[in-house]
Amino acid sequence: MSLELRGITKRFGALTANDSIDLAVADGEIHAILGENGAGKSTLMNIVYGLLSPDEGDISVDGKVVRIDSPLDALAVGIGMVHQHFMLIPVFTVAENIVLGHEKTKGPGILDLESARKEILRVSAEYNFDIDPDALIEDLPVGLQQRVEIIRALIYDAKVLILDEPTAVLTPQETDELLKNMKKLKEKGTSIVFITHKLREVKEAADKITIIRRGKVVGTASPSASQEELASLMVGRPVSLDVDKKAPQLGDVILGVKNLSISDHTGRTLVKNVSFELHAGEVLAVAGVQGNGQTELAEAIVGLQEHVTGSVYLDGKDLTKESVRDALHAGIAFVPESREEDGLISSFSIEENLILDLHDLPPYAKGPVISQRVVQDEANKRIAEFDIRTQSSRDPVSSLSGGNKQKVVLARELSRPVRLVVASQPTRGLDVGSIEFVHQRIITERNSGRAILLFSTELDEVIALADRIAVMYRGEFIAIVPASTSRSDLGLLMAGVKP
Amino acid sequence: MERLMSEIEVRSLSAPERRRKRGVITMGVLGAFALLVFGIFPKGGEQVTYSFVLGNEWILIKEWIIDSKTGAIGFAIASLLAVFVATLQFKARKTIRLASGLFGATFLMSFLCWAAAGKFVPFTGLLQGGLILAVPLIFGAMAGIISERSGVINIAIEGQLLAGAFMSGVIASLMQSTWAGLLVAPFAGMAISWLLAVFAIKYGIDQVVLGFVLNVLVIGVTNFLYGKLLIPYQSTWNSGGTFDIIEIPILAKIPVIGPIFFAQSIIIYLMYVAVIVIHIALFKSKWGLRTRSVGEHPTAAESVGIDVNKVRFRNVLIAGAVAGLGGAFFTLGALGAFSKEMTADKGFIALAAVIFGRWSPLGAVAAALIFGFADNLQGLLTIIGTPIPSEFMLMVPYIATVIAVSGFVGRVRAPAADGVPYKRGGGSH
Amino acid sequence: MILKKLKLPAISFAMALFVCGLLIAFSDPKVLALRGNPLEMIGKGFSTAGSAYWALFRGSIYDPLLAEGNFWGGFYPFSETLVTASPLILTGLSVALAFRAGLFNIGAQGQFIAGAIGASWVGFAFEMPIFIHAITAMATAVLFAGLFGGFVGFLKARTGAHEVIVTIMLNYVAAYFLLWLLSTTAFLRPGRQDPLAPEVRQSARLPHFLGSEFRANLGFFIALLAAAAVWWLLNRSTWGFRFRAVGANASASRTAGISVARVTTSVMFIAGALAGLGGAVQVLGSEFAMTSGIGGSFGFDAITVALLGRATPVGTVFAALLFGALRAGGLTMQASTGTPLDLVLVIQALVVLFIAAPALIKGIFRLKNVESGETLASKGWNG
Repeated sequence: MSLELRGITKRFGALTANDSIDLAVADGEIHAILGENGAGKSTLMNIVYGLLSPDEGDISVDGKVVRIDSPLDALAVGIGMVHQHFMLIPVFTVAENIVLGHEKTKGPGILDLESARKEILRVSAEYNFDIDPDALIEDLPVGLQQRVEIIRALIYDAKVLILDEPTAVLTPQETDELLKNMKKLKEKGTSIVFITHKLREVKEAADKITIIRRGKVVGTASPSASQEELASLMVGRPVSLDVDKKAPQLGDVILGVKNLSISDHTGRTLVKNVSFELHAGEVLAVAGVQGNGQTELAEAIVGLQEHVTGSVYLDGKDLTKESVRDALHAGIAFVPESREEDGLISSFSIEENLILDLHDLPPYAKGPVISQRVVQDEANKRIAEFDIRTQSSRDPVSSLSGGNKQKVVLARELSRPVRLVVASQPTRGLDVGSIEFVHQRIITERNSGRAILLFSTELDEVIALADRIAVMYRGEFIAIVPASTSRSDLGLLMAGVKP
Repeated sequence: MERLMSEIEVRSLSAPERRRKRGVITMGVLGAFALLVFGIFPKGGEQVTYSFVLGNEWILIKEWIIDSKTGAIGFAIASLLAVFVATLQFKARKTIRLASGLFGATFLMSFLCWAAAGKFVPFTGLLQGGLILAVPLIFGAMAGIISERSGVINIAIEGQLLAGAFMSGVIASLMQSTWAGLLVAPFAGMAISWLLAVFAIKYGIDQVVLGFVLNVLVIGVTNFLYGKLLIPYQSTWNSGGTFDIIEIPILAKIPVIGPIFFAQSIIIYLMYVAVIVIHIALFKSKWGLRTRSVGEHPTAAESVGIDVNKVRFRNVLIAGAVAGLGGAFFTLGALGAFSKEMTADKGFIALAAVIFGRWSPLGAVAAALIFGFADNLQGLLTIIGTPIPSEFMLMVPYIATVIAVSGFVGRVRAPAADGVPYKRGGGSH
Repeated sequence: MILKKLKLPAISFAMALFVCGLLIAFSDPKVLALRGNPLEMIGKGFSTAGSAYWALFRGSIYDPLLAEGNFWGGFYPFSETLVTASPLILTGLSVALAFRAGLFNIGAQGQFIAGAIGASWVGFAFEMPIFIHAITAMATAVLFAGLFGGFVGFLKARTGAHEVIVTIMLNYVAAYFLLWLLSTTAFLRPGRQDPLAPEVRQSARLPHFLGSEFRANLGFFIALLAAAAVWWLLNRSTWGFRFRAVGANASASRTAGISVARVTTSVMFIAGALAGLGGAVQVLGSEFAMTSGIGGSFGFDAITVALLGRATPVGTVFAALLFGALRAGGLTMQASTGTPLDLVLVIQALVVLFIAAPALIKGIFRLKNVESGETLASKGWNG
């Protein structure tokens, strides 16, 4: 089945997310859509899948123009989608999720899950997916959850399968398997459109590549193009993919973690017995696929986790039982994973966000009173130093772009006297310019003698920034290796294969 | 490469386990308290008479007379045995629900033996009254569950109950027909929930605030009309009457159970049907699947073509209808006429029952029955006269509710999207 | 600027009055009897509603009937409005402050009662010199009510118990406790059997400030002072910064080292204290003796006041004055036209409802530049 988009335009107020986009996916083709975060790729796919309506333009399937006003319409013409953030309901079973929206009933509206179960097992066997129809989604590992989404599209006869950033949550091994499955699907006649910002995968799997920048198509390429060429098209200027990094100059041990274990409120172990030491002037990057305990480990070091055993030492002082506030003031800078939810208060102004953890200390406060003038002056200094694009320090932080929001978080955390920087997925969702800024800043801090603990699911980022790499798998540090370790070895470790 | 140290098994108690531990310890303390204060300390010498006959059911036991002190001690020891069982269950990492239930029953009996020393306790009547007091709570809880499972917080249950009570009483009076009143009641409740749906779903207003304001609105309007019309022109506007008791043949004759469950008015029989239908529908039907999907993960539901806000809107209307019907109970099922604010904040206790029952219909019913029983017990004790001042007895249902939502529920998980308005196209960009 | 801000509340108020006018008219049998004659019916409807509203005005601002010989005497109703508004400002502040921290304090009623108990007890049971007596009474009220409110915050922080349910339940507990208290000999007025506490001594009472014919008392200024203090607390102090942060985003606050538990507990303590101060003002300023009905409808009204005032101290003061006027006037309305006082409740609820839906008003009137103002943040049980 072939799919063609002509002149698709979508505006959100003053922002044009998609600007007259043309796209042609041939029958049985794997077509990659490449673009950096915020380029408009997901908006485009949401339009194709019926979640959004275009302001202009049309969509044709096998040469005939079709109207897609809802996901049901999309499925009816044979378009299926696997979303970046899974559209699965955690407390439902696999079968319940798959029948949702297409339920078969018997009697007075009672659900009939039998036929769904049979279909699931059939498709599952065809692709070696190994899915139990009665398993609860929340009990399945992420890789399997993705397969449920794929099965759903296939059961409803999708001839064009859209995959939105499918490898964001997979280990290198699972990614390889996915790419293999994509080729298998192509052989069976399914066309695939996959959206990504990862150059490597695009070159490995795609037959054709369309590059989108700032909502416009800026070119098509074949997989034989070099990574640098593709990156430059993506960003619009020559991009060097290396980070300038001198050899580390190690100082004293700043952070010591001993036998740290974390469980959630139901008693399930999330982090098991992690121990390591971190010196001043080095970057220890914790690699691993999302969901292996990184989030909790990062939080635990600052004191945000409740059920913790073991200990955390900063400069020799035991911080384990201390409050978050004391940990921060003892010299830890914390950049949380989700800046919108945990890092910033959207309705507060930039200057208020900049003093979130310092609001009751001099010079920002004299006793119980906040010194407005000092707050504003300091805020303006930070805005200049970190190049935060804004009209005024009094503007609400919600008016900033993603990159600028992250800069606010960094500005806040790095304006305290700090010994250790804990950064959790600091460049997630940022445009390339902001990513470069953040990377540069991390290296600067490292060169100034701070200890950096970086958590990242992006292997490229890990390799570029780290002096040492710890690989996290199922809550444990499966190994701590030098930064020169090969990609494939790292991939094996991330998949849980012990050396 | 650095190597990991060998594993040390870390065994910390999970939150449900710590809650169980708290529960077991509390029960142990209470059991000991019962033994001492209800059993051992009092001087004794008086008897308690439990009567089990209510109407014309078959008689198994007519009465049970027991010496107050003996009874109190005996039941206290039984309650301690229940605590023992609970401890065993806890150690075996299993649920202590059954043991807790047994403890509750025996502790209560021990208390009764002490408090009603020298008095007469109509036991079956006590249980039946508990069920009757629980009726509006159950209707309200069903309304709350339907609404909240769809993701809309419904604090306006109180207003929906009151609206149903008012309209059913007035229409029944105007048309001199209780059936007419019953028919109107759900629509009255729906009118209020329609307002809730429009403001919450269409305009995204904070649902807690909105529910509260709607309650005030209903109270204001019904009080106003009560003063303006129902009191001065009572025979026209406020003499609707009640439904007769319908005894179900044979079932109503079963000792103890019969008079409680099968000798009630039509409203209560409708309630049985409603609870069963709602429970099955919620977990086994297409409607239930879509409802729960919309309350848990509306974005996912939309991605398969479900119109999230339409489902929510319809369900809030259904919830209002159920609550409205429950409101009819106050007038057509009990008092026979409307009186100011007659729902007496039962709508909020219904909400507590929803939380206590973890958003499951059967769970909420159990919670509502417990609350209703506590309420009735307090009434009985006030009548037969007990050492505790009546005002403190009146506080009991409310204190019970506070304890229920703070101590023994733990941090429950409401439907994940509960209370968050949904905008179309909320998928990833 | 101010006019823009007032547009929406003004329109909402006008619409509420209109809808209630319809309610008054069409619930009157005399109006309904004119069904066959539409013009006469509308006329009668207007006059019925009109006289009710005129009575409302006479009872709250100025009554010409009371001005015989003395122009200023006609302002007695206005003084009554001030008397009603003073505790309302305080309870309104209680609810508003809690709102800003993300909490819904429906327990202002119970906290008010706790404060009234404290003030009344110190007022009648002890002998003290003139200023000290009143101040001690108020301090006791603040302490009792603060603990009562703080308990709710503590429960929420520790167990996650939602404050809506807990405060409603505790309101009942407070009311029954008061009933019981009024049946004990310690609290019964000697010589009376009904639930009426002894009068507070002269030394504890709040002095009048508009002359002795009017009941307006120092309580009004105490309320204004409290409003100023709350404004300063929220906008200038470190405490208030934390309150607002937790109210806006508890998760980010926690990540920045703010203790959400401590904020929850202290906000509820202060909120309780404010409501309790309201109770003290009611007892020491106008009622002088505690009855079982001392709480009145202050708890309810406080919430509508806070909502109308958009949870800001300044807005709360003005909203309290407006709703205080309605309450004071409502008594006259009920007495002279037989319109039940509960109409005031309906007006209040409608005003808040209309305010909460700017889109609705805009739609009805096709207004363009009505300032919406943020609606209060939506929080679920999980929040």
